[in-house]
Amino acid sequence: MKKGTPLAWLLAIAIFGLFTQQSCKPKGSSSGVSSDAAAKAYVAPGKYDEFYNFVSGGFSGQMSVYGLPSGRLFRVIPVFSVDPEKGWGYSEETKPMLNTSHGFVPWDDLHHIAMSVTKSEHDGRWAFGNANNTPRIARVDLKTFRTAEIIEIPNSAGNHSSPFITENSEYVVAGTRFSIPIGDNTDVPINTYKENFKGTISFIGVDPTSGEMNLSFQILTPGINFDLARAGKGKSAGWFFFSCYNSEKANTLLEVNASQKDKDFIMAVNWKKAEEYIKAGKGVKKKVRYAHNKYNEATHSATSTIKEEVLVLDPKDCPDMVYFMPCPKSPHGCDTDPTGEYIVGSGKLAAVIPVFSFAKIQAAIAAKNYDGEYDGIPVLKYDAVLHGEVQKPGLGPLHTEFDGKGNAYTSFFVSSEIVKWSIKDLKVLDRVPTYYSIGHLCVPGGPTSKPHGKYVIAYNKITKDRYLPTGPELTQSAQLYDISGDKMKLVLDFPTIGEPHYAEAIPASLVMPKSQKIYKLEENKHPYAALGEGKAKVERKGNEVHVYMTSIRSHFTPDNIEGVKLGDVVYFHVTNLEQDWDVPHGFAVKGASNAELLIMPGETQTLTWKPEKTGVYPMYCTDFCSALHQEMQGYIRVSPAGSNVPLTFSTGTNKPTDTK
Amino acid sequence: MKMKNTLLLSVFFLGAVGIFSCNEGVQEDQPTVKIEDLTKDQPEVHGTEIKESDITITNPLDQKMVAEGKATYELKCQSCHKLTDEKLVGPGWKGVTTKRQPVWILNMITNVDMMLEKDAEAQKLLELCLVRMPNQNIAKAEARSVLEYMRSNDGEK
Repeated sequence: MKKGTPLAWLLAIAIFGLFTQQSCKPKGSSSGVSSDAAAKAYVAPGKYDEFYNFVSGGFSGQMSVYGLPSGRLFRVIPVFSVDPEKGWGYSEETKPMLNTSHGFVPWDDLHHIAMSVTKSEHDGRWAFGNANNTPRIARVDLKTFRTAEIIEIPNSAGNHSSPFITENSEYVVAGTRFSIPIGDNTDVPINTYKENFKGTISFIGVDPTSGEMNLSFQILTPGINFDLARAGKGKSAGWFFFSCYNSEKANTLLEVNASQKDKDFIMAVNWKKAEEYIKAGKGVKKKVRYAHNKYNEATHSATSTIKEEVLVLDPKDCPDMVYFMPCPKSPHGCDTDPTGEYIVGSGKLAAVIPVFSFAKIQAAIAAKNYDGEYDGIPVLKYDAVLHGEVQKPGLGPLHTEFDGKGNAYTSFFVSSEIVKWSIKDLKVLDRVPTYYSIGHLCVPGGPTSKPHGKYVIAYNKITKDRYLPTGPELTQSAQLYDISGDKMKLVLDFPTIGEPHYAEAIPASLVMPKSQKIYKLEENKHPYAALGEGKAKVERKGNEVHVYMTSIRSHFTPDNIEGVKLGDVVYFHVTNLEQDWDVPHGFAVKGASNAELLIMPGETQTLTWKPEKTGVYPMYCTDFCSALHQEMQGYIRVSPAGSNVPLTFSTGTNKPTDTK
Repeated sequence: MKMKNTLLLSVFFLGAVGIFSCNEGVQEDQPTVKIEDLTKDQPEVHGTEIKESDITITNPLDQKMVAEGKATYELKCQSCHKLTDEKLVGPGWKGVTTKRQPVWILNMITNVDMMLEKDAEAQKLLELCLVRMPNQNIAKAEARSVLEYMRSNDGEK
């Protein structure tokens, strides 16, 4: 007995452990991985991935780029948050990109990606992202993988229903999550929500050649919350669908108060009709303030312009433009299938997935088959517009993507799984667990008319025990599933930056050929560029000292600077004279209170430096560039305010003097 | 415990066999995109070998080319090459046109990676300077102008 007890205890503990472990995971094997998983995700060293995966960085404010199927991270593109590593938001050239009507904003929350499309197919030109907190949309240029433009959205608060895109990238949209008081008097009691609060949907035009954005018009809406959206495709291309919640118009404890009604809405907007109303002069000019920031590739500099007007359409004056469709229980995802016929709503609290039919919507509108009005906007009869409901699909449906073979893939947060179902007969075909609590999901090309299929990627909210623990805060994670067969198979877990929300994946062949290698020196129009080492110089303008500096493997010119005085503001304008791919130079100076610079070949970037003490300060190249990288350094001398040390600069000529 | 170990082992083997048997499939699944094919339209014109027959040397010097060559020198070469025979990062240019054939100079400017890989003289210079001469994205015609400027620097008329 004495010998036996510990063993029995051990066994009991082991069994208990097994059971408890089992019970906190979804059904299925404990890892859920298929036996050939390693082979499927394996991309041999030196080989390329098949897809780029552009993933929102959530509260990091950035956009990250992974390869699929390997899950390897290639780049974090700074968008809405400063990035000292790349000088984003710190260099003089990039600071204006983060300007808003509230001034410089160093952080935001990027939730959704919309990749540019032509005829609803990926064209590999731009990736758009939304700023959730201080409403904005950014455009990332896929030639340079850099943020090329950011436009602020006025009359909006919480730009969540954004930046979804129309069939030929005519518009990206921005639906406000929060309704707010709009107009001249916004200082009103919060509990006057029902009288004073309104929503807006913004249509941001995208220039078909340059990609440049322009706030074309806004539609004023009842004071509800907009969540997500999708444009139609093909026959429904002239329409846009927005999921809405809080039709109760609650202004407090929304968890309870916005979950009272059986059905909220999907709002259908005929944007072609809206364009006609704008042409017919129905838009009312409203005074607003918003920033429009553009990065110029020739001057390597951004400009920020404050704009003060927007055209607003009121559905009261624009019949046949906006309709509501009832949708069960606080709809979140609102996704159109590749044909444009079916619109899938996902009520976060619903036990079914309703699928609406575009043909039926048109018939119901023609027959005025209404179920009354909501704030003057016709509500279509649920049964009249419904294709059908997927019964018992799971708990907490969120988002749906498509594989182009007639199947839909819906994520379920509460039951932590992906469910594959058939659009035509609404039958559940397969389900796989996710680890854990999936939010968004992505099939390559999933939101387009020609999905590339092959994989579905889950972007999870919780990772719990999937990785080595790192204290209270654990890694964020995505999971890759093979969907080429009838059954979905888990292939890979990979960690992500920030919190991933929506993502898109695009074949490498659509992006890779255009990827830019260098900026041509001949095209550099930066006003402070030193185009050639002979042009390097230092100039004083009052208390401003401008250093026109060049960098090439492995020296700076000038690398000895004297004559700077306390109280001066020094601008290092560094031009990278390299013209070879993958040879950026860095620049850092001791005590700089901002960041470093990373300067791409042929580019000019500026770091501002305000020395606080006299002395000699080192500066050096931060990006390992050559065998003599460690020699790539210099000194700048700072003298007292009244000093008569002359302003001098040189490289290689400031030889030692005999001081004895 | 023993049972568990056996189980673990067999799972391990099953996994290993699974991976092994799928190796064939890995090859097939590899994407067919090749970077060489995809990046043909890049602005970079660097990397095509220049043949002796591609070059014409004439006298007197073409002054327009000399001026163009000087502009390229100041933008892209001056950081490392002096016009005297003094070495900076790379060798000084004085006398280069008497020491080297035009075809060598032009390939060194436009096709430096090939030269450093194949040409014994270029390799000797790398050992001496220890910094790989960078590709400065200079087109063939531009390089020809740089040569004209070098000839002018060497006193040719």
